[in-house]
Amino acid sequence: MTGGTVAVGLRGVTKVFGEDVIAVNDVDLEIRDGEFFSLLGPSGCGKTTTLRIIAGLEFPTRGSVQIYGEEMGLRPPNKRPVNTVFQSYALFPHMNVEDNVAFGLRMQKVDDAEVRRRTGEAIELVRLAGMGKRKPNALSGGQQQRVALARALVNQPKVLLLDEPLGALDLKLRQTMQLELKDIQSEVGISFVYVTHDQEEALTMSDRIAVMNEGELVQVGRSEDIYESPANLFVAGFVGDMVFLPGEIAEAGTVRLAGGEAVRARTSSAPGTGITLAVRPEMLHLYGDRSDAPTGRNAIPGIVVRKIFYGEALYYEIDIGTSGAFDVRVENVPSAKRWDIGDSVIVDFHLEAATAFAE
Amino acid sequence: MLDERSDGLPGKANPELERRAQRRESWRGFLHAVPAYVYLIVFFVLPLIVVFVFSFASRGRTGRPNLEGWNVDSWTRLTEPLVTTIVTRSVVMAIINTVACLVIGYAFAYWIATRPKLSTRNLLLVLVLIPFWSNFLVRTYAWRMLLDSDGYITQLGELTGLWGRLLFTLPAVFIGLLYGYLPFMVLPLYAAIERIDWSLVEAGRDLYASGTRAFLKITLPLSRPGIIAGSILVFIPSLGAYVTPDILGGAKTTLLGNFIVTQFGAARNWPFGSALSSAILIVMVLATILYFRSGARTI
Amino acid sequence: MTLHEGVTTGRRVQRLLSFNGWLVFAFLYLPILVVVVFSFSGAENVGIWGGFSVRWYERMLGNGPLLNAIENTLWVALWSTIVSTVVGTAAALALDRYRRWVGRGTFDAVLYMPVIIPDVTMAVMLLLWFTQIGLPLGRGSIILAHIAFNISFVAIVVRARLGNMDPAMEEAAADLYAGRWQAFRRVTLPLIMPGVLGGGLLALTLSLDDVVITSFVQGPGSTTLPVHVFGLIRRSVTPEINAVSTIMVTASMVLVFSSLAIQRRE
Repeated sequence: MTGGTVAVGLRGVTKVFGEDVIAVNDVDLEIRDGEFFSLLGPSGCGKTTTLRIIAGLEFPTRGSVQIYGEEMGLRPPNKRPVNTVFQSYALFPHMNVEDNVAFGLRMQKVDDAEVRRRTGEAIELVRLAGMGKRKPNALSGGQQQRVALARALVNQPKVLLLDEPLGALDLKLRQTMQLELKDIQSEVGISFVYVTHDQEEALTMSDRIAVMNEGELVQVGRSEDIYESPANLFVAGFVGDMVFLPGEIAEAGTVRLAGGEAVRARTSSAPGTGITLAVRPEMLHLYGDRSDAPTGRNAIPGIVVRKIFYGEALYYEIDIGTSGAFDVRVENVPSAKRWDIGDSVIVDFHLEAATAFAE
Repeated sequence: MLDERSDGLPGKANPELERRAQRRESWRGFLHAVPAYVYLIVFFVLPLIVVFVFSFASRGRTGRPNLEGWNVDSWTRLTEPLVTTIVTRSVVMAIINTVACLVIGYAFAYWIATRPKLSTRNLLLVLVLIPFWSNFLVRTYAWRMLLDSDGYITQLGELTGLWGRLLFTLPAVFIGLLYGYLPFMVLPLYAAIERIDWSLVEAGRDLYASGTRAFLKITLPLSRPGIIAGSILVFIPSLGAYVTPDILGGAKTTLLGNFIVTQFGAARNWPFGSALSSAILIVMVLATILYFRSGARTI
Repeated sequence: MTLHEGVTTGRRVQRLLSFNGWLVFAFLYLPILVVVVFSFSGAENVGIWGGFSVRWYERMLGNGPLLNAIENTLWVALWSTIVSTVVGTAAALALDRYRRWVGRGTFDAVLYMPVIIPDVTMAVMLLLWFTQIGLPLGRGSIILAHIAFNISFVAIVVRARLGNMDPAMEEAAADLYAGRWQAFRRVTLPLIMPGVLGGGLLALTLSLDDVVITSFVQGPGSTTLPVHVFGLIRRSVTPEINAVSTIMVTASMVLVFSSLAIQRRE
């Protein structure tokens, strides 16, 4: 899948704006050759600043940036072997598509014949053949996005940086473009560093994800690991849907909820610690009767108080009393039983499905 | 490996990197400004100082300043009744003109800005621009024609019995100033009103505001930047107006501008002219400082 | 912003506004029209119609001092516009694109001061200064004076235009290997060109319009058209002034239309 070489290495990168605004705090990161790497986090978490530091559009207050082993130091962006796809695309409105795409090559004094060849190839790569003479304002959002991509890739950068490139597109288009970007990345073979606040996008597209919050790196790992084993409460809540219930640790492996129920879960703190129990809605199952539910698993009784139809699934809110409520996701298949508001149900889940996070 | 190449141990403070980059940026910015900076210092700041210095000089034989005898004669003359009359007249005239321009100009700009079709608005704007860019002198001269003994306005006045020959009176100067500076008020006002998000006014109407109240409470405050810009662009030149009062006014209607110019002409009193000019400069500078202090960031 | 349904004003107010609108237009145009019409009047006295004639235009064309004044005006306008546009644009870039440099705050204040002082004061300042440093008064001194106030106007116009430009453009250019000067020439300049031209046009107009400052710092034989006409008006009013005025108004209209044509190309 990906090579072992480090494409981008960040060591102790810190960025302070003005007197005291710490945008990026001591980030250590290694992005591998050929991987699709995402920087994920809420607005203001420092992911865009980190990307700009790699690009050379900002200089770190502390720390070092290395690209394939070469220290970047004070090198301005036009001296770095990386290219950026900007959030606003930043297409030059006074140039047509061809001139936009060819810009970087011309700046590097590539000879005309080769400029024409490579520009043509890049435009074909993003499937915009024939649009070369159009001006950006005559293109749709999706097309503009592809021009921005071609303009960056044509320079054969060692690493491609993308700053929330799909944010301005509508849902269906975004989903199509996500797959296209993935395909292009495999085809071209270079590392993509992708900034987004959309956790679904990060999960579907990335080989590895770095979750950031308030300038700090919270967790780095593969998509599956981030989703299934979130490092803390923040990651658990930010990535995917999660049911949270307050409680405390009764003993190793068991949590006592506010209403007194005992729940088996993954724990890592001492008994008595206040914790928040987290479990994914799709790990929860509903049964009408305790006898229907499999034995040896968690089973908590409750009442259906809300039902939301999502098309591919239904979400049921199950009120279990003082302890709170579970959101249960039931896939919309013909065999699935439909529940009604007011039904008494049993919420069932595996002993290791829930994790207890210390506050 | 990483450690050796960077400016210090990883994680340890290397402010050198960022500060060096900042210094480079700083230098570039400075270089861009240098020509303008130098030019303005030589041809604006230094002259400013000279005027101030000369206001303390004594009057030489030809009227030119004689720097031997330092005195504040020129400054004390500022309190003479003649001077205060002229200053008061000028200030009042400038204020009246600004207010008149504001009232008429706002209605006019609002009317243009609320024409539904963009092409209509553009057309009307072009029609305003043409007189605006026509030579100021020509426009003032036109009124000289109209207000003279055989002028049409005079004839109209005589016909209706409302007024006689208006030339060389204060009303004539007022008309000239209003005519001259109205476009200066209209254009910034139009720019500000045109930019208003009308959905805000709609929201106000939705919340039970009447048309008038919506205007007073929403539209008017939102157009404030235009009002301020237009008022500055009208008040200041009105205060120092010279051409208009010279062409349309007479001896009895001397305004500050004429008065100052006379000091460098017939009256031959350069130090006094300098004092008058310095006084205006001080007022203007103070007003600007106040304006920027009040939070405005640019004109 | 288009005016929506909910914002229509009452009928009466609408009519008042429209009436005011047309009245203002009449107010703005009639005097100019009168001047133009009477430039074709054959009568000796201004304001009296004496049959159609172009004698005043003929007189104008043979008027030596007038033609000299026109030449001076154009020469001064040309040089002051070019210099002030270049310098003013650089100043606008310095203020908009670079956030921190030595003396930035003071520069910002000093740059806007020529805009807010009356031209009488500026005229006095420059005359005293030129006298003090012994600068000979002539066409050169007029050009220097015009540049002094035009830089600020150009800077204001260009700065407004810069503010509207997406800063990511220049970042993209740098990301695509453009050096500083290349990025400026290929990306920034084309994008701010309407602003630069607008500022240049404003500088040109202000230079062509100027009376007071020019009259103070001019030397013998280097008078400009507005100052010359001003002198004519003060001495004796003849319809020849109407003819000159009509030419000037026509020139202004040409300027307005060309500036609009430039703006169309955005």
